[in-house]
Amino acid sequence: MTAPVEETAFDPGSAAARATDAILHDTLHGPARGVVVDSPPGAGKSTLVVRAALELAEAGRPLMVVAQTNAQVDDLVLRLAEKNPDLPVGRLHSSDTDPYDKALDALDQVRTSAKAADLAGLPVVLSTAAKWAHVKNVEPWQHAIVDEAYQMRSDALLAVAGLFERALFVGDPGQLDPFSIVGAEQWAGLSYDPSGSAVTTLLAHNPDLPQHRLPVSWRLPASAAPLVSDAFYPFTPFRSGTDHGDRALTLAVPSDGSGPDRVIDEAAESGWGLLELPARHTPRTDPEAVGAVAQVVRRLLDRGGAAVSERSPDPTPLTADRVAVGTAHRDQAAAVRAALADLGVSDVTVDTANRLQGREYDVTVVLHPLSGRPDATAFHLETGRLCVLASRHRHACIVVCREGVTDLLDDYPSTEPVQLGTLVKFPDGWEANHAVLSHLAEHRVRWRP
Amino acid sequence: MSLISTLARLEAVDTGRAQPAATVRHRHLSERPLVFVPLITAGEAGAPLGALVGTDRDAPRLLVVPQPRDRELRFAFLAELADVVLPYVDGFAEAVEAAERSETDPETGKRVKVEVELCADAPQMLVPSRAGVDLVRLLGRSMRFRRTAEQDPETPFPAPPRVPLLGRWLTHFGERARVPGSCLLLAMTDVLGRHWATGQSTLEDQHLGALLAWIDPPEGRSGAEAAEEAELARDDDGQLICPPAGPATDPAFDNKLLAPAIERYDRARTALAAAEDGVEADDRLGALTAAEREIRALVESRTRPTWDAVWRGLDLLRELPEGARVEERRTRDRWSFTAHRDRVAAGEPPQPRRDDAVTAANKLAAREREQARLEAQEALDDPLAMAARRLSGEAFAGEVVDVVMAYSESKRPSPRPLVTVRTDDRPHLGERVKAYRSLGGKPQTAEFVEYAAGPDDGLLVLRIMDKMGRGKEPEPGSVPEKGDRLCFTLFEHEPRGGAKLPDPEETPWTHGGPPGEDPAPEPADPVTEEDLL
Repeated sequence: MTAPVEETAFDPGSAAARATDAILHDTLHGPARGVVVDSPPGAGKSTLVVRAALELAEAGRPLMVVAQTNAQVDDLVLRLAEKNPDLPVGRLHSSDTDPYDKALDALDQVRTSAKAADLAGLPVVLSTAAKWAHVKNVEPWQHAIVDEAYQMRSDALLAVAGLFERALFVGDPGQLDPFSIVGAEQWAGLSYDPSGSAVTTLLAHNPDLPQHRLPVSWRLPASAAPLVSDAFYPFTPFRSGTDHGDRALTLAVPSDGSGPDRVIDEAAESGWGLLELPARHTPRTDPEAVGAVAQVVRRLLDRGGAAVSERSPDPTPLTADRVAVGTAHRDQAAAVRAALADLGVSDVTVDTANRLQGREYDVTVVLHPLSGRPDATAFHLETGRLCVLASRHRHACIVVCREGVTDLLDDYPSTEPVQLGTLVKFPDGWEANHAVLSHLAEHRVRWRP
Repeated sequence: MSLISTLARLEAVDTGRAQPAATVRHRHLSERPLVFVPLITAGEAGAPLGALVGTDRDAPRLLVVPQPRDRELRFAFLAELADVVLPYVDGFAEAVEAAERSETDPETGKRVKVEVELCADAPQMLVPSRAGVDLVRLLGRSMRFRRTAEQDPETPFPAPPRVPLLGRWLTHFGERARVPGSCLLLAMTDVLGRHWATGQSTLEDQHLGALLAWIDPPEGRSGAEAAEEAELARDDDGQLICPPAGPATDPAFDNKLLAPAIERYDRARTALAAAEDGVEADDRLGALTAAEREIRALVESRTRPTWDAVWRGLDLLRELPEGARVEERRTRDRWSFTAHRDRVAAGEPPQPRRDDAVTAANKLAAREREQARLEAQEALDDPLAMAARRLSGEAFAGEVVDVVMAYSESKRPSPRPLVTVRTDDRPHLGERVKAYRSLGGKPQTAEFVEYAAGPDDGLLVLRIMDKMGRGKEPEPGSVPEKGDRLCFTLFEHEPRGGAKLPDPEETPWTHGGPPGEDPAPEPADPVTEEDLL
């Protein structure tokens, strides 16, 4: 009888706080060598990492932080410095030119070096997994935080795991899996398959580690969280931190009745928009679809959009830096960039799903990975790719796609060989794609450019 | 599939002939390869039916298992195979040259140079298709844990003396074949498919007969017609005129010819066993020999066309000049061969069933590095391969239209000349993206500075960063000059090695800890009912 009461009384703030407390308790005082935290998109993963780092440092435990890219490391260093300007922090970097963000040089408490020995004794040292792998013959750290652990490959963890005694692993299981450029079928089914994700290997060998998850997405609006949760996290649902009505996107300039304007209105109203072009098999850089993406972006900026959210009661103008375009392939991104340049738009981020991971915008425009394709390959069906593209926005997401993707999904059975002993990933891309498309169909605007 | 290979395939359809996909040969071909054309028995995974094997195109050795479900006969086949393969492999083990290798000194922990032997050449095994490579691996797996009577007098079904050793070598060939660009074991369809683009799908290219029909169709016929005939044409008995390259056989052959012949053989054998006196036995032995001869003839009739096709493929490939960097990759094969030779000589146990965590990670890292190296080297060796990279925005070629001398802003200014290149390519450039060109075989680094007149005009300004010597003035020839035609790549020419992984004894807790101490050799697979006739 108590369950429905809890349901109505769901307070995102306290639910998230309870989860964070439990994670920090297990990390600081638990007996297990590792703690795994699953975090859906925008659930405050970086905030958690920063908080855990500060508490571990306060408890006097030497800490190393492993992130996957230099940008992620620099971002964490800046956040740590912002939260606690007195905490000495080490940034271990590579010996390439410009190995780290120049903003770090302005911070007195941050020491940078390419040699781990120079940073010995600092309470927190941060670097990428690739750089940590070169650190040899040092006293192991008492604790480590591994960020984006689901995007880290098992062999990368193998290279650094000797450096720490205990670790907190944080990541988003719904995003893109790590990949290798050569076949690794030979090791499929082995618990330590080097091409698998670090967390899969970790849990296969240590099944008793405590696993937590963050229950609230602060990024995704109330219109998006249920879809993303159902389609990509069916067994570990999450909620949005804000409710319907907490956020709004308004446009100063009224619609001119064109396809791009109508889809913008639909997305501003409902959080989702599907601009559907007539069915056709096209090359990857489909000029019409690319042009449609560029026009939607152009109109978004021209129509004087303004976003109201829980962050500020006053409307914030929707500027180019708050808009992003996501594609599946690099050549598509390049084509969109060129099309935008022709329309005089420069500062909008255009990138592939891989590179958009972990980023956040007010509005995203997505070129659907299966748009115009004659086949549905594993790459284009990968759940993580669609999940990343559909979960970068705080207000609205507009998908540009050719008609006929549902038929394509039904026509193409999965042809990947079944490997014995591997974990089958749920949901599979086929199902997730169908779930997203059937939801988008309710927000469809058909348009012939 | 890259844009240029799609185009080549369309052209192949249009012209009715395969189009070149390379201007040089990207794989080393041994002067004395060992060609191996195996057949397996339908429904019996890994049970060989027969093979043609050898180094002389006019005199292959025919090996046949007249009753593939008989373990004794299978062992006899494998022993015969060992008699051909092992002397061939051993023939490369003797000739060595001195080489240097850096190793970590166990006492000081420093890298030191050690003088070691390197085999002067390495063997090369050729099979018709990719399925043949898998069979080599499977044969290796089935043999390397077998015990001979000498190793273990108690073993219930001792293997002939050299069979376990053959298993170890075939396993080594099979593993090495997974390394991109390696040439110890090659599938003819893969090598031909790398050098020609046909008008059919890559799956269809796995049919050696059809692939050759596209590349070199008979006089007056189109590749498409010839390929269709190779795939489908049957004789009056309903048998394929161009039998599949194997190791699987055509069901019509199995049902109509092979099964009755094996049955006759079985009957003859039973009759011989039941013979009551010497005269009768003599007669029945004659019948058995005749039945066996019939099966041998059948196997030869299915393997000989494939054998000839493999050699024809070799002829076609040998017409292409070898790529400049192929020899370097071949040297890696020689190291691999030498290392396995040494492991065998040192009495080490056969390769384990499964790699441990560290070995698996090391192999994956090595193969990713070799893949990157292969792609870079193929592009540098071959303008056609480079064209594919240029089309995909990973490289650009153009003419130098301006060079302005500039210097770095340090206490000892070094030359950092600005070079303007005019190109029609559309590389994916961003601020300070690195580009490399080959300067005397070594990569010279440049950084992208800006578009001289907007992204559409194709005027790129690059800053040259290195390989200009130590002085204030760059060494002669190290800076591009006006009018030079250059090709820059956005990918590195030499992939960087990754960090060293821990030793297997130091496998961390996240990966299950160190593998258990297990000094006992791995047992062979247990004998099951299915193993016995």
